[in-house]
Amino acid sequence: MPRAKVQRKSTSIDMTAMCDVSFLLLTFFILTATARQPDPLDISIPASTYKIKVPDKDLVILSIGKGKLFYEIIGNDIKGATLDKMGEKYGIKFTSEERKRFSVLGAFGAPIGDLKRFIMMSSDQREKYAEQTPGIQADTTGTSELDNWILETRNAVAELHNEPLRISIKGNAEEEYPTIKKITDVLQKQKMNKFSLITSAEGGK
Amino acid sequence: MAELDTSSGGGKKGGKVRSKKANTKVDLTAMVDLAFLLITFFMLTTSLSKPIAMDIAKPDDEENDVKLELRASETMTILLGKKNKVAWYMGEAKTAQPTIESYTEIRKSILKNKNDLYKSKGRLLVVVIKPTDGATYKNFVDIMDELHITDIKTAPAIDDKYILDGEKDFMKNAGIL
Repeated sequence: MPRAKVQRKSTSIDMTAMCDVSFLLLTFFILTATARQPDPLDISIPASTYKIKVPDKDLVILSIGKGKLFYEIIGNDIKGATLDKMGEKYGIKFTSEERKRFSVLGAFGAPIGDLKRFIMMSSDQREKYAEQTPGIQADTTGTSELDNWILETRNAVAELHNEPLRISIKGNAEEEYPTIKKITDVLQKQKMNKFSLITSAEGGK
Repeated sequence: MAELDTSSGGGKKGGKVRSKKANTKVDLTAMVDLAFLLITFFMLTTSLSKPIAMDIAKPDDEENDVKLELRASETMTILLGKKNKVAWYMGEAKTAQPTIESYTEIRKSILKNKNDLYKSKGRLLVVVIKPTDGATYKNFVDIMDELHITDIKTAPAIDDKYILDGEKDFMKNAGIL
């Protein structure tokens, strides 16, 4: 009588299809990923249930953390134009190389007098600089540096894109309300009563 | 015997010399592992870097002659204090007895006031937010979010300039100013 023979099956699976799919997905995610600029201020933003995405042009982001204010303009052309206008206002001449480097910078917190030095720094130096800098000065006199930055950015956006500038506030969750109030007061002096707060998406509803 | 010979090779002796067939299959396990690792990384980083904008409007402080009158009975004032506490009252500051609550409890109160007012008068609740110096930025975002969750349609008034003495006294007594 013949013995019942257990058929041996190969344990290796054909992974070609799986490999194809995974690389397709990988390509998709790489292409859609946006390179994130390093954040000079360590900010943890509060969460909310709102669903509106932050726009990606004609925008200024005011980062507030540790009582300091950092300023970020979105859009390379706007950055360059704003720098020209600020240079004119404060009587500082920026070379074309400085303008080019500034156009790709992220958030900055250098006072206008220090800006030339800040532009030419390497990224390591900038990290150290972010620790020491007092940030951009804001007060209610109407002539502080923040006032001028916002004013000139508004002009630049109006000239180049013919659009109103949007202001976003990115505040650290633990920041005290008076610090935020000081910034919004500056904005309200320029009749900008509408602005958006940047929050992270909250799970659930 | 009736069994089929499944073993390969084995019994060939002195046959033709065949050229050996090279195996064309490559082990893809490591490649797939790596691909999935990278996918996971990119998925996580892209979804995390999507911030949300919360649009708010503050009242214009220049034109003080244009002042909106609010009906006291339809107004709920929420004062943001320190230690993550709020104080709220309905109506006017002089007569009302404020309630101290935490941010998790305020949602119920807003909903209750909103529904009570709608049932009795058929009108919408107006909310006035007054952040004091003790409040944090998170508190402010939280309370705006609560209004969004409780579906308060009327535009909330954000008032950080005129915090009444009565309100201040109450908050001091409660230890949240």
